Amino acid sequence: MKVFLQGNEACVQGALKAGCQFYAGYPITPSSEIMEKMVRVLPEHQGVFVQMEDEIGSIAAMIGAVWAGAKAMTATSGPGLALMLENIGYAIMTETPCVIVDVQRAGPSTGQATKPASGDVMTARWGAPGDYESIALSPWSVQEMYEFTIRAFNLAETYRMPVFLLADEAVAHLKEKVGLKKNINIVQRAKKSEQPPFGETAGNLPTSMPAFGQGRKISVTGSTHDEWGYRRTQVPAAHEKLVNRFCNKIRKNVEQIVEWETYEDQDAEILIVAYGFTARSALAAVRLARAKGEKVGLLRLKTLWPFPEKVFSGIGPKVKKIVVPEMNQGQIVLEVSRFYRGSVIYYNKTNGQVITPQEILDCIM
Amino acid sequence: MNNNLNKYIRPEVFPTPFCRGCGHGILMGSILRAIDELKLDIDQMVFVSGIGCAAWIPSPHFAADTLHTTHGRPVAFATGIKLFNPKLKVVVISGDGDLSAIGGNHLIHAARRNIDLTVICANNNIYGMTGGQMAPTTPTGARVSTAPDGSTEPAFDLCKLVWGAGSESDSYIARTTVFHARELIKYIKKALTHQGFSFLEAVSPCFTQFGRRNQAETPARMILDLKKMSVRAKKADELFKFKEKRKILIGEFK
Repeated sequence: MKVFLQGNEACVQGALKAGCQFYAGYPITPSSEIMEKMVRVLPEHQGVFVQMEDEIGSIAAMIGAVWAGAKAMTATSGPGLALMLENIGYAIMTETPCVIVDVQRAGPSTGQATKPASGDVMTARWGAPGDYESIALSPWSVQEMYEFTIRAFNLAETYRMPVFLLADEAVAHLKEKVGLKKNINIVQRAKKSEQPPFGETAGNLPTSMPAFGQGRKISVTGSTHDEWGYRRTQVPAAHEKLVNRFCNKIRKNVEQIVEWETYEDQDAEILIVAYGFTARSALAAVRLARAKGEKVGLLRLKTLWPFPEKVFSGIGPKVKKIVVPEMNQGQIVLEVSRFYRGSVIYYNKTNGQVITPQEILDCIM
Repeated sequence: MNNNLNKYIRPEVFPTPFCRGCGHGILMGSILRAIDELKLDIDQMVFVSGIGCAAWIPSPHFAADTLHTTHGRPVAFATGIKLFNPKLKVVVISGDGDLSAIGGNHLIHAARRNIDLTVICANNNIYGMTGGQMAPTTPTGARVSTAPDGSTEPAFDLCKLVWGAGSESDSYIARTTVFHARELIKYIKKALTHQGFSFLEAVSPCFTQFGRRNQAETPARMILDLKKMSVRAKKADELFKFKEKRKILIGEFK
């Protein structure tokens, strides 16, 4: 079924499709349409909506609801994400599946509340103190606001961790035709399990997510714990095992998580690497360059974290240089440079305006 | 300890982490006695705590679902649990620093919403676990590690704070001390069975951090002093008339 939706509305549709039953949030531009839509539609889906006193409370209530058995989500923007970081760490430590939508706006701080940016890429990777791996998806269209929200829920359930939908204001407020899907795989939580709540199963995956109220007497803590949830803060091996597990469940499954696509890359001598709304301008720049006979291609990142290292270390000598346009002062370009040893040019724009095809073209020519 | 209560405690958690003379053991026993006397199904209860000594009362002691959260946030976590599964009886047990300093915002908004949670605040007037720093509940003049010559700040009256935040609702608000153990059990039972928000402040001495800096002779004497310092409220509205320094007004205020 095709419908005409705004990016934020499509995100809500995706969440419902994925089985979201709980939303806690705090108003913040440019994400507020998500909560305003959620408050209307969640009750029709036997879900619960609450507007909390701040973003700290929002993510805390969301995590609480997940332990009570819900699939849950919250949405925010940079200043709210800053407040959520302590409990993002808690969700990582307690292996709580949940989805955090960050509709990025120009920062730091209050910045430009209504203008797009990609400034939170590294915050999504490193924002919470401590050691862990992160998952962040980067939609470039309203269709992907829908599809990636569903995927974010599925990844959250599979790896039992918070997953970021790292949108930007331009995609979130864009209106486009969206194909809502009937048959789409939804990862369901095990009804009941006797596995230890914080253990490991085959494929470096975590044991199934339990719920309160089933008589399992679950001990959940943000402190270092063993597989049964008991505090083991004085045991070096316990902490090492825990942190290694948080990292390995992603590192050993990178191939299942990372997604990207290419355009006109077969004979490309110049490769543009882009993500989010910027990738739309990058694709337009590729078309303009090809019209002039230039061998330019696009590599579009659908997932930012984990970073697709192998893609970049495997780029052949045909490519003479990589161009990375970003709506920040250079974040993903740092990762590109880490794994691609050739020439990397970056183009950064941080004035709250989207990057135009002509600007990218000017970098190439 | 009453052997009948052992079933509520995880056998592997002993010895208890609490210091000698800490009042939290009395509070913990009182909570379990209240649950036992009310014949509540502990498998349909969730105990949520923050960070600090009091947070260790339920986690990991209680053989139940326990959520040991980040500092100051237990009330917000509990809100999410209760909203999604209202059948669960959700109880927050945490300290004065956790609930009224870093977590003050969540506490007042839960009171305002009159959400059906029970919040039990173990008030020892100090940050115990981190080494005896000043709390919003530290009495003016009391010596703490971050006010070695005595606190110059006024202290929160937590019951007044919660009363003010939820003044439009019929929440339950009470305060007593661990010296008054029978009354403590009675108040906990009332809080647990109250429909809507309930807040119980349990004054509990910290000899290790507070007592030794403030001329307390022994842990036992600190507990006996609670009796001397306590003034019983005959009417609920005495909460707003009470002006005596260094005294604790105990009773039910709402």
